[in-house]
This record gives sequence, C-alpha cells and structure tokens, in this order.
Amino acid sequence: MLKQIEGSRAVAQAVALARPEVICAYPISPQTHIVEGLGELVKDGSLSPCEFVNVESEFAAMSVAIGASAAGARSYTATASQGLLFMAEAVYNASGLGLPIVMTVANRAIGAPINIWNDHSDSMSQRDCGWIQLFAETNQEAADLHLQAFKLGEELSMPVMVCMDGFILTHAVERVDLPTQAEVDAFLPPYEPRQVLDPAEPVSIGAMVGPEAFMEVRYIAHAKQTMALERIPQIAAEFQARFGRDSGGLVRGYRLDGAKTVVVALGSVLGTLKDAVDVLRDDGMAVGVLGIGSFRPFPLAAVRAALEGAERVVVLEKSFSVGLGGVVSTDVRLALSGLVLHGHTVVAGLGGRAITQASLERMLRDAVAGKLGPITFLDLDWRIVERQLAREAAVRRSGPIAENLLRDLGAAAPRGS
Amino acid sequence: MDEPVKFYQTGTFTVGNRLLPKEQRTVQASRQRGNALNSGHRACQGCGEALGARYVVDAALRAAEGRLIAANATGCLEVFSTPYPETSWQLPWIHSLFGNAAAVGTGIAAALKVKGRRDVRVIAQGGDGGTTDIGFGCLSGMFERNDDVLYVCYDNQGYMNTGVQRSSATPPGARTATTMAVGPEPGAPFGQGKNLPLIAMAHAIPYVATATVADLHDLEAKVERAMALHGARYLHVLVPCPLGWGAASHDTVRLARLAKESGIFPVFEAEHGELTAVSKIRRRVPAAEYLRLQKRFAHLFGEPGHPEMLAAIQAGADRNVRRFGLED
Repeated sequence: MLKQIEGSRAVAQAVALARPEVICAYPISPQTHIVEGLGELVKDGSLSPCEFVNVESEFAAMSVAIGASAAGARSYTATASQGLLFMAEAVYNASGLGLPIVMTVANRAIGAPINIWNDHSDSMSQRDCGWIQLFAETNQEAADLHLQAFKLGEELSMPVMVCMDGFILTHAVERVDLPTQAEVDAFLPPYEPRQVLDPAEPVSIGAMVGPEAFMEVRYIAHAKQTMALERIPQIAAEFQARFGRDSGGLVRGYRLDGAKTVVVALGSVLGTLKDAVDVLRDDGMAVGVLGIGSFRPFPLAAVRAALEGAERVVVLEKSFSVGLGGVVSTDVRLALSGLVLHGHTVVAGLGGRAITQASLERMLRDAVAGKLGPITFLDLDWRIVERQLAREAAVRRSGPIAENLLRDLGAAAPRGS
Repeated sequence: MDEPVKFYQTGTFTVGNRLLPKEQRTVQASRQRGNALNSGHRACQGCGEALGARYVVDAALRAAEGRLIAANATGCLEVFSTPYPETSWQLPWIHSLFGNAAAVGTGIAAALKVKGRRDVRVIAQGGDGGTTDIGFGCLSGMFERNDDVLYVCYDNQGYMNTGVQRSSATPPGARTATTMAVGPEPGAPFGQGKNLPLIAMAHAIPYVATATVADLHDLEAKVERAMALHGARYLHVLVPCPLGWGAASHDTVRLARLAKESGIFPVFEAEHGELTAVSKIRRRVPAAEYLRLQKRFAHLFGEPGHPEMLAAIQAGADRNVRRFGLED
C-alpha cells in the first residue's frame, strides 16, 4: 500500500509486518519515532502477540533482546549514536551467541561534543562486531531491508543491523510502499532458533570456551558472513520477485558504463551524488556512482568487479578513522588491491554538516581533473581549525575546543565580553 | 529413621535432617532429588556459592515442577560450572555478560509470556559484583518493571573470580587485592556499603529476602515462597568464600552462621516494601568472633591492631540488631 509517511513510521510498520514477538525500547534521537510507532501498534493491539519492553538503557535493550531471542522469540530493537556504543558489549555478545536479533541504527554522530545529527560514526564503530550491516539509501529501502534482515539473520543465526541516516531518512516524509501482512507472511517464515532455552531439552548457552575452540568459533562467524554474501543478493532477488522492488543487495551501480571516475558511498547521500553525476555526465565527463548496500559482509568481489574499469575511485565517507582517514576506504582499497588506479578519500557530512550537490560537483570536477588529494575533508573550515591550533600552541589553558571554534565563527560572543 | 539420607547436617545450631520428620527435610535430603547443579564442577573446596546455588536452583526447579530457565551473570558460578564442553547445569541455562543477567532474565520472561508459557519460570543469578555493581542498573530496571524473574545474588563480598578485589558489597575494614591492609585505615573504607536488599525493598517488589548457607531449610523455604509469587523477586544469599575471606574450607557454614548470629548479616523477608519476617538471633556472638576466623580481617587484631575499627563494626552489628529487631 502506497503511503506518504515519515521514514521512522514506515520502518515501524515494516518491522510490525515481520511480527516481532519482543521489542525493546529505549529512547535516543533520532531513533525515537521508530519505537514510538511500534509502541503504539503493540498498545492498540494491532501488533499481537508482542511484548514491548521499556528498558532503562541501551545496554539493557540489547540484553533483553538477547534473552528473548535465546528463548525463541523474534526480537527487535533500535538505537543510534551513544546508545549503540553504550550497548556495544551486548552487541558483540548477540553475534557471538548467534542470535538473529534485528536492530535499526538511525545513524548519528558520536560525541563529544554532543551532536545529534547524522553521520555514520556509530555503526562504523561496530564494524567488527559480527553483525550484518545493511545500509538504506531511501525510506523505501529502509522498510524493505528490515523484512529481508529478519529472513537473512534467522536463516544464518546471526544478528542484522539496518542502518538508515538519522533525520535525513528517519524524519523525512516520503512515499513508501508497504506490503500486506499476507505478502510478508509468505516471504518470512516464523523464527526457528538454532538453539533455544527449553526445559524439555536443556542446553547451556554462552559458557566459557578456551583457546582450543575460540578461534574456530570466531571463524564460523566469518564463514556465516561469507554465506551472507551469497544470500543477500538472493534474498533481494526473491524480494524483488514478490514485491516488485529492487531493494538492497550488495552493491548497486549508477551510470558506471565507461565511467573513469567512480564515487563509492553508502546511505542517503547516494541520491545527491547521483544528481551531481548527472550534471557532470551532461558536461561530458565519464563519472559514475557505486552504492554499497552491505557494509558487513563487505562485498570485496562485487566492488572490485564494479570498479575494475575505472581509473579513479573516490570513497565518500560519513565517518572517520581518527589518525588514519576513511573507514570504508580501507575496505575499498583491499577490494582493489593489485589494480593500478588513483584512490581518494573524501570525508563529508560529519555531525550533520550538509553535503550539497554543489560541493559534490566541485569535488568530482577536481577528481576528474586529477586535482583531488588523497584525503579531503569536504567543506571543512580551515580558517577556524588553524586559529584553534595556533591558540592551543600559544596558550596552555586555551579552554574548550568547540566553544573556541564557535567564537571564531562569530556564533558566540568573544571571551571576556 | 525410615530411609537412609544422602546428605545431612550436624552441629550446634542446625537440626540434622535425620532428626526431622520426613516432610520437613530439605530437598537435598531426598535420595530422589534432582541435581540442578551437578557434582563435578570446579568450585573451590568449601565454596559457599556452590552450596547456595545448588539449594536455590534445586528448590526453584522443584517449585517450577522442572520447568525453569536460568540466566547467569559472569563470575565464579558461571566459570566453575560451565567450561565448555562440560556443564553442571541440568536446566536450560544462559550466560551472556557480567552486567546483564537481570535483563537477560527479563528477555526470557518476555519471550515466555508472548508464547503463552506461563508454566515455565525464570531465575537470574549472579555474584555481588554482577549484582550490586555492574549489573545494578539492569537489576533496578527489572525491579521497576516488575518483570516475572527471581533474581538471586550470591554475596561473597568481593570479586573472587578475578582474584579478590573490592566490590560495593565488601564490608568495611576487609582486606582485598584493591583495598590492601596498609596505611592508617587499612582495608575497605568505612561506611555502610551498598545494601541491596534494602534498595530492592525500596522498589516495593513482591518479595525480598536475605538468607545464608548456614540455614538451608530457611533458604529453601524462601525460594519456595519466592516461586509461589509472580513479578520481580530478590533473594540475597550470604555465601562465604574460603579463598577470598582467607578462611578454612570447613568454616564456610560456621562463618555464615556467625554472620547472622552476630547481627552483621540480618536475615529477613519483605513483601511489597514492608518487612514481614525476621530470623531472630538464637545466641548473640560478638562481631569479633566472626571476624577473627577470616584472614581478610587479621589486621584488625593483634598488636597494635585496630580496636576502633572493631568497635565500628560492632556498632554496625548492634545497629542491625536494633533496626531489624533481631533479638527478643
């Protein structure tokens, strides 16, 4: 059914269609509207049977999901930013125990300074936790990916994160097509756990494992991700056959034919990038876009195949590995190892900094002209950065960084005034 | 004496099973009893926690007619009972993390509720570190929501699994690896510590009780009472630790008894935030009698010793006696 609906509410309705049996809720912006939507559906009886557990922290949210999933209930929660970091210990635990919990991450920056706006720092911080990480480009994809996530995770007994850009997607009202319950029921079978806490057949789950088997256990987590690499496109194809939409998959190219310069990115920025590429193509430049739908497992072969013909690859990142550079760039470079081409990292949009089409066009023109450096911080205000660095070099007690920067911007009154 | 018993108790303050009528004997006295925590685990000799956990889980399992699921925090109990591929647990059991046993219990209870399995019960358990410190937030959340979980804290007053460090349940004056017996105020800083049974009562949950491994009839009765109720329930069991306390393995039960008889560890029950029953002290003993058996308090005795600390500990015990009405 076509609806004009907020992204969060669309995700809530898609999750409800998957018939989760336990939902854990803890508020954090910009995730709140998702659990609010689900809370309403549970309270008014339209999602039943389902236990909606209001917990006291994100750590508890993931822990309740772990208990519920181990006891055989399809379990769901959503979080963002500091919340994801606060639950990190349990996030690793869920994947180690092989529990197919589905979690939405409404991507948001990580403080300090506290910042509620969108970038990908939160989910990227959990890169190695053993969860599948799918990225949505649009709200339609976000809704569709949740239905695929339950299927994928439960088949492989591993948890799945569906990442969607906070505010940009979660709070945007867009047209979303939501399937019927019957259609979803036909697509998604009930949860059948690999292991379950059942008095009829007692098992001990999560006990201590020594050096003799720990590496193998971890390897199996990797092997599962490799299996997911095969299943993700298959499930996306099955989804398309049933619902008529191409949603998800490992990677998706845009105007890659003959593209000599390709920008790689994840999430909602792909839309703006495509517009920028259209403009450059009109100007006769051979540019294209490669969207990555699955960050974990990382589709090395698919990325390599898509980029093999390019001369220049720009990885546009909304996260940042401090002290190194791009997070996704490292993976892309691995995919391209042995190929001789120019690689660039562009860090953009941190903490909600707008990524404008004009900036992207400028960056792309620089790339095509060979003028882009190895790492670029898109629209960074070098002036205030240099002033602050000079201030810190000169004065030991120079005060809070962010406050100084805002003063330099003229956003706050000068100190002592 | 109409049948031989497998285990029995002797001693000044306990009545041996063999002297009791059949119906009053402990679960453990039955040769047909289940064994939720099987022998063969790797607990230390004289481990109070192993003793307490076996009685608690056996009694809970019996009350649940065999349909019980356990969530366990990281700690001694988890480590000594389940080095894969071995497990001592004869019931479905999950260990997730140190700080989340209560929340995992909540999740299991939620799953059982949604599946309509009201017959299957949930127990969550951990040591004092996993309960009073790192798991405190999750436990308070479980209390506040009144989730249908019995949480059992086996209190050995420190982080024994990691080499005897201080927890918020470590008593004042006690020497641990992080509160060494050096300086002008040796041992754990003086104060009342975190009294979790009283904090649990402040949540007005259906049932809160304390117990020790010195009175196993009482412990079993409290488990049975807790299992007869639904909602959040909390049982705090004092389980002496020979290793961490620096005590003889054969003194575990004696120490638990002296903790109660000195007034240092009040044994009581509460329902919905109100005190309902108190186990009276049968023969009051000075706190020093309890402390002297433990090397963790050795610095309080001898020359020069710390008589002022001993007096403060005695004053704390006296306060408990007054506050809970432990003497007639």
